[in-house]
Amino acid sequence: MKSLWRLVWPPALTVLLVLCLWHVAVLVSGVRPYLLPSPLDVLAALGREGDTLWGATVRTGIATLAGFGLSAFFGVIGGSILASFAPLRRGVYPITNLLQMVPLVAIAPLLTIWFGYGASAVVAAACIVSIFPVIANTVDGLRAVDPKLRELFFLYGAGPWTTWWRLLLPAATPQILTGLRIAAGLSVIGAVVGEFVSGYMGSQAPIGIVILTGIREARTDVVFAAVLLSAAVGFMLFGLVSGVGHLILRRWHPSALER
Amino acid sequence: MSAPLSPLGVRVEGLRRIFGQGEAREVVLEDVRLDCVPGELLAIIGPSGCGKTTLLRGIGGLDSGVDGSVTFYGDGDAPIDHADATISVCFQEPRLLPWMSVLDNVALPLTLNGVSRTTAHARARDQLKRVGLDADAHKRPHQLSGGMQMRTALARALIDTPRLLLLDEPFGALDELTRATLDDALLRLCQEHPLTVLLVTHSISEAVYLANRVAVLSPTPARVVTEIPIDLPSRTPLVRTTPAFSAYVSQIHEALEQAVAEARR
Repeated sequence: MKSLWRLVWPPALTVLLVLCLWHVAVLVSGVRPYLLPSPLDVLAALGREGDTLWGATVRTGIATLAGFGLSAFFGVIGGSILASFAPLRRGVYPITNLLQMVPLVAIAPLLTIWFGYGASAVVAAACIVSIFPVIANTVDGLRAVDPKLRELFFLYGAGPWTTWWRLLLPAATPQILTGLRIAAGLSVIGAVVGEFVSGYMGSQAPIGIVILTGIREARTDVVFAAVLLSAAVGFMLFGLVSGVGHLILRRWHPSALER
Repeated sequence: MSAPLSPLGVRVEGLRRIFGQGEAREVVLEDVRLDCVPGELLAIIGPSGCGKTTLLRGIGGLDSGVDGSVTFYGDGDAPIDHADATISVCFQEPRLLPWMSVLDNVALPLTLNGVSRTTAHARARDQLKRVGLDADAHKRPHQLSGGMQMRTALARALIDTPRLLLLDEPFGALDELTRATLDDALLRLCQEHPLTVLLVTHSISEAVYLANRVAVLSPTPARVVTEIPIDLPSRTPLVRTTPAFSAYVSQIHEALEQAVAEARR
């Protein structure tokens, strides 16, 4: 508990300092609230618009989780298939790396054509941006498994399926988790960008729509509050992945061993 | 628990292994002949880098690039198919899975082949007791010393009661004292159920201590230059200090030096 405190207080102090500076800067410069609200304005907006913001956060959170879940599942499966079949990998893997470069903002409108206006387009957007790091880390992790251990499994007559489940997957877990941690952050970005184009209606608005309407109505304090909450969604997903990863690795992997 | 099968004999004839092509072509094994009779502990010794490991891998079916014949036979010279041969290998490194407990590691050859976890664990516990690690069953490999890891690997190699055990310098990376302890552990394990052991080593004294017969290999391209039967009254630590023991050691030492000298000529 003491070591956790030592980990937490320096960044907490930084945040507090930045917030103070921000507040003082707003007060001294007299900048208009619709250009830059002070931290207290944002806090007030959080309280005032609590119900709307909470509902929006839950909706965005669910879409993010769904997109992340899909990319985790299909990313690990896809990465395993690519790692296992060399000709396929040579043909497909370079292209998946190139596909990552396609900006999501550019293709998001397309998603609404394919998936319609609504939740599925948002989930698809969250999945598409976050699946590539999962695929890449799964492929690299599986290919880096010690050939000496593979030989051991060959010697014991283990088939490809058993070898994947009992050797390759556990051995690649640390690297797959790295991919999942990156995917956790990306899937929130994907979800919010998806929401920008998804055309949700008023009472069902997710974070992305709250931001858009906030901008339109020049309610910058609400926009700030919404941005803060979308970041919180990503932060929680990242924490969840890290925590589960730590539980899996804590007994054996050097990165997580309790010293 | 299945009854252990009788030990296996191995006959190696005209074994050749060539690595690379063109200018990089290197003949590592050149017409190796060996006959290891059932129940025997045959040590293979040779200068470092001479192809001992290649030879063992060829015998174990881990190298598809070897030419020549490797045949297994049982009692009364009856040939045995490679599929029925139940061969086990213990490598230079322990090759344990870091995410599994010591117990799961030892049980691995059984669980990979459809034996139920309960049965596999019971037998693994039994094996661990034999190598003196029953108190460490639930530790992870990284919590064990090098010698303990090797003992775990040895327990794993012997869990499915193999008829032939191939040992590739299994204690090579350990200190002298640990090594001697493990030599005794190996002997004890071999006495409990009869099996044939092919041991590759670079330690002459280990070969003399453990083996019934020592085959000396030449530098690359390796072939068997001489075979020396070892006949010691007992295999207890004290025998290491007897004149008979040192006589064998110097005999093998000379054979090795002669092989190296001939190769230089």
